[in-house]
Amino acid sequence: MVSPSPEAVATAVVLFAAMAAYAVFAGADFGGGIWDLLAGGAERGAEPRAAVDASVTPVWEGNQVWIVYGFVIVWTGFPAAFAAVMTALFAPLCLSLLGLFFRGIGFSFRHEAERPAMKRLSGALFAASSLVTPFFLGTVIGAVADGGVPVRPTGNVLAAWTSPVALVTGFLFVAACAYIGAVYLVGDCDRRGEPDMVRYFSRRAVVSGLVTGVIAAVNLALMRTSTPYVFHRLFGPALPLVVLSVAAGAAALVLVLARRTVLLRVTAALAVVSVIGAWGWAQYPWLLPGVLDLRTGSAPRAALLAELVVAALAVLLVVPSFSYLYWLQQHSRLQESPPSEGLRQAVEAQQRAETPAPAAPRPAGRGERFAAGAVLAAAAVRLAVETLTRRRARAGGPRARRTSAPPRTRPPGNGE
Amino acid sequence: MIVHQLYAAGAVPARTQMGASLGFHIIYACFGIAFPTAVLYAHWRGLRRADAAALLLARRWSKVMAVIFAVGAVSGTVLSYELGLLWPGLMGRFGAAYGVPFSVEGIWFFVEAIFTSIYLYGWRRMSPWWHWWAGTPMVLSGVLGAWSVVAANSWMNQPSGFTLRDGRVASVDPWAVIFNRASAYEVPHMVLAAYMVTGFTVAGVYAVGLLRGRWDRYHRLGFLIPFVMGAVCAPAQVVVGDVAARAIAEQQPVKFAAMELVPQTGTHVTEWLGGIWVNGEVAFGIGVPYLDSILVGFSPDTEVVGWNSVPPDLRPPLPSMLHVAFDVMVAVGMALLALGAWLGWHWRFRRALPRTRWFLVPAAVAGIAAVLAMECGWIVTEVGRQPWTVYGVLLTRDAVTPAAGVPVTLAVVLVVYFVLTGVTIGLPWLMSLRWRKERPGGPGESRGPGGPGGPDGRQRPAPGGHEPSAPEAPW
Ligand code: HDD
Ligand code: HEM
Ligand code: HEM
Repeated sequence: MVSPSPEAVATAVVLFAAMAAYAVFAGADFGGGIWDLLAGGAERGAEPRAAVDASVTPVWEGNQVWIVYGFVIVWTGFPAAFAAVMTALFAPLCLSLLGLFFRGIGFSFRHEAERPAMKRLSGALFAASSLVTPFFLGTVIGAVADGGVPVRPTGNVLAAWTSPVALVTGFLFVAACAYIGAVYLVGDCDRRGEPDMVRYFSRRAVVSGLVTGVIAAVNLALMRTSTPYVFHRLFGPALPLVVLSVAAGAAALVLVLARRTVLLRVTAALAVVSVIGAWGWAQYPWLLPGVLDLRTGSAPRAALLAELVVAALAVLLVVPSFSYLYWLQQHSRLQESPPSEGLRQAVEAQQRAETPAPAAPRPAGRGERFAAGAVLAAAAVRLAVETLTRRRARAGGPRARRTSAPPRTRPPGNGE
Repeated sequence: MIVHQLYAAGAVPARTQMGASLGFHIIYACFGIAFPTAVLYAHWRGLRRADAAALLLARRWSKVMAVIFAVGAVSGTVLSYELGLLWPGLMGRFGAAYGVPFSVEGIWFFVEAIFTSIYLYGWRRMSPWWHWWAGTPMVLSGVLGAWSVVAANSWMNQPSGFTLRDGRVASVDPWAVIFNRASAYEVPHMVLAAYMVTGFTVAGVYAVGLLRGRWDRYHRLGFLIPFVMGAVCAPAQVVVGDVAARAIAEQQPVKFAAMELVPQTGTHVTEWLGGIWVNGEVAFGIGVPYLDSILVGFSPDTEVVGWNSVPPDLRPPLPSMLHVAFDVMVAVGMALLALGAWLGWHWRFRRALPRTRWFLVPAAVAGIAAVLAMECGWIVTEVGRQPWTVYGVLLTRDAVTPAAGVPVTLAVVLVVYFVLTGVTIGLPWLMSLRWRKERPGGPGESRGPGGPGGPDGRQRPAPGGHEPSAPEAPW
């Protein structure tokens, strides 16, 4: 096989980096939503919900951009694969989109809603869609890895995303999000000095970590028969990454129990990133396993180079900005601002000091009324003249004047 | 008849969904582009001149901006999905060229989203000027983001920077893709439109307050800052629009013919003000002889191409709609220009806001009019491009998805956007009711929103007594 061009490989690497960033950052936000969903009744769940809220609020919007960026890389760098995936997996993609949509809406309205019923409704919207989105995105990834997407689909391919591997990948995504979310919340609650919550989320991190591991093992077993190519490369060239992921995952479990929160985040993130890297390397050089590879499915060279330049720019501009955002968040500089009582009083004082103004706007003066009347009258006269000339022209002139007459004679009101 | 014309161009549910989603997103995008400028100006004034009213405006606006930004972000995410879900024929074939400006846009989205978060949640926790500066990237990234995405759209109108081999893109010149011929007028026109929409809409809210007799400094500033922002852009907008129209006449003559109701190529062409096309002629329009030729080429002898120059299946559907949309846009542009001039005149000689209802009532609805003009402009651009998705290169019917289920997603999209529109209008309204209650001595004084302490702990006052108690130094 002819190996793909270095630009194509580099673009693919950028794509996987974006996916990894989405998984680690937005995945943690999804996880927060899942724990919000599972937090129980209003009384019992109040404290964990507040913790989730404080951690997710300032960052979720920035994190959400990773998926958009990922899309853009695929459609510019690998347009044929993009078109095939978007057509064949129309249904799960629409459902994941619906989830993303309601999640954002529910989240932002929850903050501004006043009545408890509205708050609860938008909170439920946020939490439920945190479950829906990772699941369906998981089925999409599973369907691609499973080789379910044909090159030129003629419509929805239901079988692609309802295969066992795709569905299990969906569950895997949900579990992994819950896991990474819990791990981040452990760290955040520790920093905020909430030992109860640290214990609360530690327990959940351990449980979801174990569940994630089990689902991943099941998925591997399924892939052995359904996707032998990917399976064999996972235990071939990609094995180091798989081992790294398992080791990091196991280490994270120990670190949770040992309360080493900083190290814990790094290892948990490493576990997720290396599993994504392993998938990419296992699927190499296929974009759609078995049918479309990097060599035939990539955009022309200049477009790929443009992608790489943009990626470099992103590293220059976006990475420092993100670091600053997270730095501020980690130092509790970002919170919703409390109502500004002092400011309001200052405004009142300022207004008391200035001379009182008349309470209502002045009614229209005669001059203005006259001007407006003149304009309206002129328009009415114009319209009347227009209607009359047209009527006359139609009665006398030939029907076809608009379509075939030379332009010179056409305009009404021009002595026609 | 109309239905038949629509179906003739194919892909109706998908186009309706795309148009509805874009038409919805673009309103929020306008605020994303231009609102930071107004907020930062008010903020700057508040800091610089210790102006409490301006500072209070900036803080409250930034809260509204948060909601609008969130809706803009999710509806934008919907769009990037939809480009693939609905138009795989476009993305699969031209993604390599068309995607380049979108990639650049990705960067600006990141920057905008990150700094918006910093600005929104950084009140009082960062030093005042540092916080102000942390807001400035929003202004820049808004404009640059609009530039990239509109460059993508103008590429669809004037595709350039690629070569085709066997119907596939064989090579790409990213530079020529981004700086296509149509971007020269589409980009400035859109950015100005964003500033006008935002300025006049926000000003309209305070104009209502002024009309109800709340003639205090807070309302006057709240009116003046955004209104001036919009009014300054209005003359420039008319000029750029005029340039755009002439460029369209040259680059997309059939679109121009539909916009101006010109069936037959010829010279000395009449300009129709208003009017629709029925039974082969213009009805209800006011014709100005020769003016169309003069507008296109500064002389009555200028030839204007008519739509009869191409076969019927290559003409845009619904010329009447295009023409009326175009005229509405131009009329609104002129009206807003006049309204701005009125304020300028009054200010020049009286140093005050006009107090008459003749000014304030139009000012209150100017925002709605600006939104209308912008939507009309997009209808002209997008429907006028039909039946092409990429002008002269790719037909819409070859771009659309073969997947079933678009009518379902269309229905969902329409319902969801309908509800969401209500909510995004209702929410700032509820906020303003709450703010009104929050006046000292008013019923809301002792409680923050959500009751003492807030049920979720978010409303706890800042640790360390950041909330000042003395009214003299509230920032
Ligand atoms: C506040 C909004 C607004 C206002 C007052 C105007 N426009 Fe506009 N116009 C837009 C908002 C807009 C827009 C929505 O932003 C469009 C759609 C595509 C674009 O680039 O800008 C547009 C498109 C657009 C086009 C089509 C471009 C294309 O097809 O690619 C033309 C010819 C004009 N405009 C001309 C004008 C003229 C002559 C105006 C003034 C008197 C005017 N516009 C005022
Ligand atoms: C933001 C304001 C915009 C509005 C209101 C708008 C409106 C529309 C409408 C009404 C259609 C359907 C055309 C028809 O029915 O004849 C359409 C189609 C489309 N628009 Fe736009 N558009 C906007 C901007 C953009 C931008 C910025 C892009 C891309 C960069 C874009 C890409 C498309 C595509 C891909 C289609 C479908 C293909 C087609 O019908 O030609 N639009 N848009
Ligand atoms: C003329 C048309 C458009 C303009 C001027 C525009 C501008 C903007 C702006 C300024 C934002 C920032 C968010 C906000 O403040 O609301 C935004 C968000 C977004 N737009 Fe658009 N947009 C347009 C059309 C499109 C199209 C066609 C797409 C499809 C690819 C798109 C995708 C997005 C996405 C994904 C976001 C979210 C980014 C985030 O999370 O911050 N936009 N748009």
